[in-house]
Amino acid sequence: MTGTPLLDIDGLSLSFRTRTGTVKALEAVTLSLAKGETLGVVGESGSGKSVLSFAVMGISDPAATVTAGRVLFEGQDLLTASSKDLNALRGAEMAMIFQNPRVALNPIRPVGRQIEDVLLRHAGLTRAEARERAVEMLRRVRIPDPQRRANAYPFEMSGGMCQRVMIALALACSPKLLIADEPTTGLDVTTQAAIMDLVDDLAKETQMATILITHDLGLAAQHCDRIAVMHAGHVVEVAPTAELFAAPRHPYTARLIATTPRPGVTLDALEPIPGMLPDLRGTLPPCRYAARCGRREPVCDGGALAAHLAAPAHSVLCARPL
Amino acid sequence: MTALLDVRDLSRRFPVAAGMLHAVDHVSLRIEPGESVGLVGESGCGKSTLVRMLTRVLDPSDGAITFDGAEIGAIPAGRFTHRPERAAIQMVFQDPTDSLNPRFTAFDVIADPLRRLKGPWTRETLRARVEELADMVGLPRPLLGRFPHQMSGGQKARVGIARALGPQPRLLVLDEPTSALDVSVQAVVLRLLDELRRTLGVSYLFVSHDLNVVRLVCDRVVVMYLGRVVESGPVASVFDRPGHPYTRALLDAIPAADPTRVRSRIRLTGEPRSPINPDPNVCRFYGRCPIGQEVCAVTMPALAEVAPEHHAACHFSGGEGPLS
Ligand SMILES: Nc1ncnc2c1ncn2[C@@H]1O[C@H](COP(=O)(O)OP(=O)(O)O)[C@@H](O)[C@H]1O
Ligand SMILES: Nc1ncnc2c1ncn2[C@@H]1O[C@H](COP(=O)(O)OP(=O)(O)O)[C@@H](O)[C@H]1O
Ligand SMILES: [Mg+2]
Ligand SMILES: [Mg+2]
Repeated sequence: MTGTPLLDIDGLSLSFRTRTGTVKALEAVTLSLAKGETLGVVGESGSGKSVLSFAVMGISDPAATVTAGRVLFEGQDLLTASSKDLNALRGAEMAMIFQNPRVALNPIRPVGRQIEDVLLRHAGLTRAEARERAVEMLRRVRIPDPQRRANAYPFEMSGGMCQRVMIALALACSPKLLIADEPTTGLDVTTQAAIMDLVDDLAKETQMATILITHDLGLAAQHCDRIAVMHAGHVVEVAPTAELFAAPRHPYTARLIATTPRPGVTLDALEPIPGMLPDLRGTLPPCRYAARCGRREPVCDGGALAAHLAAPAHSVLCARPL
Repeated sequence: MTALLDVRDLSRRFPVAAGMLHAVDHVSLRIEPGESVGLVGESGCGKSTLVRMLTRVLDPSDGAITFDGAEIGAIPAGRFTHRPERAAIQMVFQDPTDSLNPRFTAFDVIADPLRRLKGPWTRETLRARVEELADMVGLPRPLLGRFPHQMSGGQKARVGIARALGPQPRLLVLDEPTSALDVSVQAVVLRLLDELRRTLGVSYLFVSHDLNVVRLVCDRVVVMYLGRVVESGPVASVFDRPGHPYTRALLDAIPAADPTRVRSRIRLTGEPRSPINPDPNVCRFYGRCPIGQEVCAVTMPALAEVAPEHHAACHFSGGEGPLS
């Protein structure tokens, strides 16, 4: 990577106060993202992927506390930024798409209007210009007959179509960073492919950086330059995609690859991952994977783990990497 | 061998404001005893409607359903509950707790169809049967007292499978049974299903949009598009040499967890045709098909054999078509 990264997450730790204890949802998460780059974030449900994306977007739960670290966007610390600055960034410089488009869309406003609203707020266009650009955005996400569809309400559209509208809404101001949290989970494979192609194409056109959060290793492999593997609030491995698959260094990454159905692999060869994510309340061992790991030795329980460089651009959080 | 399930020319149309919606259109399908058949296709293609007719909660518009030699298609859905076949066809849902009372414990969930379809039971015999089923699916007995929200996804999946196996079905219809699970748990549940099929000899109709999963657990696959079967055949044959461009597009769209596999992909463009008053002479895939020709707008292609036991409904599926 050259120059300052677009996004620099440095030692981020975050916990939630709950009635039953403090949930240590993220610990010492360090990741960076260059302009135009696509980073995949994978891991089992509950590993902290969504919490990480909300932290970056500055959308915080009142129960959440950042206990350490910084999140720099073009050098500006998002965790200490005023809500006014954050609001200016969100929608214009950074945008997010979710699994459920109905969360992002206003059910009682025509979809074209919603895109116009974002443009009026952030891009300083006139109503007529915004109108034109909204229709153009709907066309770019391949909504048929965009002029007419701009007047439709979300409930008048199919799930796949709403997903496209949400993407149009997120990308209307040409953000520098897009966070896509399970954007195609539950959709048909053909719809998924079309939506991911769309995100890829738009990202290339505008040099937009993308964080693709998914539990589908295959999807990340196909669309990302690099992949970060999360387990129980830790980033356990980060590597260029091809390298991660060819030579995973963290035992959890290797397990995750081995348990994913893929061509040429029979059911017998699919190795389940033993155990489950640890309870994130209470005291946790230095390695949160140790209890599930077949390579555990006393050294694993020794003390705080530090991520170390396994190769250029390849880091791993493990005392006994593969 | 006589088929366990033999569906002939089954159709279901729904009257809607704009006309007649052809949800399932002349579908034929066979499942042999002990066989696992995958049913795939994008949402809206008619999978649920077909399944609802097979499980006899929805009446067909026309066509025949023969189960274990008995014609059950003509029995009104309302009266089917009193038939012996009712117990023999069971469903496993995506989330077994979705359609159930959240105040049901795992025990109640599993006991519910037993009480309704089997019996009579005493408190002891019912408990013994539920525990036997729990053992069968690898659900630890102490979990039988838990409520859905107190169980993991994998545990809930096991409860759903135990519930369906209780009435000793001959056919299990599984609707996306693993799509809500993490891959690590999915592998365990798929292995369990595979093992149960072998030991119990039950047949599966496995509805899924995950072709990687279908490849792992099915002997044959049936591909639907807008109410019609466009391809069917042995899994290996269909995956290696798809005869229909839609199947090819489906296979191409699977993200492969292998970045070294560089593939040429068929990209689908355009919108699907409407299922309302569809023109019987136009191929349903026409307009979205990357290799469509004029003939496709004039003659609906019929299913034709492209390899042993492997059929596809495309004018260009034979020999050196545009697909190869
Ligand atoms: N508001 C909250 N209060 C308490 N715990 C939370 C909250 N949000 C998330 N968590 C916990 O943080 C962990 C990570 O959750 P999440 O980021 O949603 O996982 P993922 O997106 O990887 O599936 C989980 O253990 C979850 O229960
Ligand atoms: N009760 C109904 N009334 C009208 N249309 C219906 C009804 N049930 C299903 N359909 C339509 O039938 C088609 C097939 O639906 P469905 O069987 O649910 O597909 P799938 O399960 O493959 O997603 C869709 O176009 C759907 O809108
Ligand atoms: Mg999440
Ligand atoms: Mg359905």
